[in-house]
Amino acid sequence: MSTKPVATRQIFGETLARIGEKYPEIVVLDADLSKSTKSELFAKKYPNRFFEMGISEANMIGVGAGLALSGKVPFICSFGAFVTGRFDQIRMSVSYAKARVRIVGTHAGVGIGEDGHSQMALEDLACMRTLPEMAVLQPGDDLETAAMVEELVHYPHPAYLRLTRQNVPRLHKEGTTFKIGKFQKISDGSDGVVFATGGVLSTAYEAIQALKQGGLSLELVNASSIKPLDETYLSQAIQKHKEIITIEDHYVIGGLGGAVAEYMAEHPGSRLHRIGVYDTFGQSGTPEDLYEHYGLSATKLKEQIQKIFR
Amino acid sequence: MGMEKHSIEKLKEIARDIRVSCIKMIAAAGSGHPGGSLSLAEIVTAFYFRLLRHDPKNPNWKDRDRFVLSKGHGVPALYAAMAYSGYFPVEQLMTLRQLGSPLQGHPDRARLPGIEASTGSLGQGLSIAQGIALATRIDGSDAMVYCVMGDGEIQEGQVWEAAMSVPMHKLDHVCAIIDWNKGQIDGQVKDVMNIEPIADKWKSFGWNVLEVDGHDLSEIIAAVESAKDNAKQKSGKPTLIVADTLKGKGVKFMEDGKNAWHGSAPNQEQTEAAINELLKGKV
Ligand SMILES: Cc1ncc(C[n+]2csc(CCOP(=O)(O)OP(=O)(O)O)c2C)c(N)n1
Repeated sequence: MSTKPVATRQIFGETLARIGEKYPEIVVLDADLSKSTKSELFAKKYPNRFFEMGISEANMIGVGAGLALSGKVPFICSFGAFVTGRFDQIRMSVSYAKARVRIVGTHAGVGIGEDGHSQMALEDLACMRTLPEMAVLQPGDDLETAAMVEELVHYPHPAYLRLTRQNVPRLHKEGTTFKIGKFQKISDGSDGVVFATGGVLSTAYEAIQALKQGGLSLELVNASSIKPLDETYLSQAIQKHKEIITIEDHYVIGGLGGAVAEYMAEHPGSRLHRIGVYDTFGQSGTPEDLYEHYGLSATKLKEQIQKIFR
Repeated sequence: MGMEKHSIEKLKEIARDIRVSCIKMIAAAGSGHPGGSLSLAEIVTAFYFRLLRHDPKNPNWKDRDRFVLSKGHGVPALYAAMAYSGYFPVEQLMTLRQLGSPLQGHPDRARLPGIEASTGSLGQGLSIAQGIALATRIDGSDAMVYCVMGDGEIQEGQVWEAAMSVPMHKLDHVCAIIDWNKGQIDGQVKDVMNIEPIADKWKSFGWNVLEVDGHDLSEIIAAVESAKDNAKQKSGKPTLIVADTLKGKGVKFMEDGKNAWHGSAPNQEQTEAAINELLKGKV
């Protein structure tokens, strides 16, 4: 694929800066991480609609709620770990109040590398999924990120958008239409199906390409809409495939694996294999070392998938 | 445990060595937070080589003073002070941020004995220090509990919950230190979210407030000694020390007032320049 890999947080910032003119209702808030979340790209262009909140995430969430309740479309930004860490503020001021706040959490998972566990969002999907009406989204590449950010301007409910620190390659074709609540098929396969989300979509893609050469044919799906979950896609996949695999840079407890497990417990028929971070802490290391260590690199994914089909 | 009583001249040398180590460690790791580590050099030196009642060979000693680094990203300075005072071999410093190292990017008490609190999400350390202080009081220990925060960090609401609560519980053996280096990430603290006047705010919350030059070892030592006296006399008031510091202190190009060195590692050339400057500087 021709374009250079790019972090979804970068595309988020660029998209906001691009569409800011078209949607004067957009306002953006950050808590002293605008250089990292890339909200600074919006801030530079529309200083009057950007609010620096300082290192005060709880306050930022409440302020975002107030703005949303007054007709604005706030994107509130920080690392996923810090913003979803203020769960009760989100639960009450955003969710229960039906305030259409767009909560943007960057630096998802162990893929952030050296900063270690304290800065890694590993439980954010699980927390956000429990809140009624909250959309929980994790775009897979640049095209989808841009589409999602714009769709979120109109989305009728609050939403959590989870973004990567690291660069990810483009996996979708230009012109693809994306829709919140819909999974996207990346490639066909007949032996089983892999649902991957976020930063590991590309390592899953590589693993599946390698397995294909060994004669194993797997369907790859970009499960970017973790909530609402694409139950239509899931139910078809369960009818078609015996082996269902989920892959995520997040705890398997409560993440994509958790969501699919809940669905499959009520719609049995196939076997589920969840790959992700298992009930342990993140740590420091290079992103590459950590993907090896936690089994999320293409090589490690390939080994784990091979075991399933042995 | 009584540490050998170093002269101020010797302490200055140690602070310089800690700075050199911070630069080397962060350069080797290829990431980290030099600005907010360098501003801490005299503070950690004063504590680990003069002020703390501690035993590096017995980090869980029941009656040790506790040192909580709430601004966890400044931990390279703490690791260097710990290594030089004997908690672990100095060579281990160079494993900072590597897979499996006890020297995590932010302090992890489960991996490194001597670390009192796992921090890195700002704003939580003072509450933990309060809990430790309540426990040492119940246990009849006369240990001091110290907590170092960043000036940007005190924008967190939780800091002010603790600021209210510590004096309310008359925890005069708590001594908090603010590394008032004027910078954060998105800009200077006064431009991002003003926190001034710091001393007046804490005074009005019931703290005994002292202001020092945070790069002057004698001043830091005198202030903390007075916090200890204050605890001995059971004044009922905790102490807050506002340490006037410079982000990036000791390395001219990191003292930029722009926070360009908040969270980036120097390249090889910059590393050499920084170390040369530190070693040439008068101590
Ligand atoms: C809760 C939380 N929000 C945001 C961050 C990201 N962060 C790391 S350091 C920092 C700036 C800290 O500024 P300050 O406390 O003044 O430290 P210093 O300037 O001494 O480095 C921020 C926002 C964090 N670690 N924790």
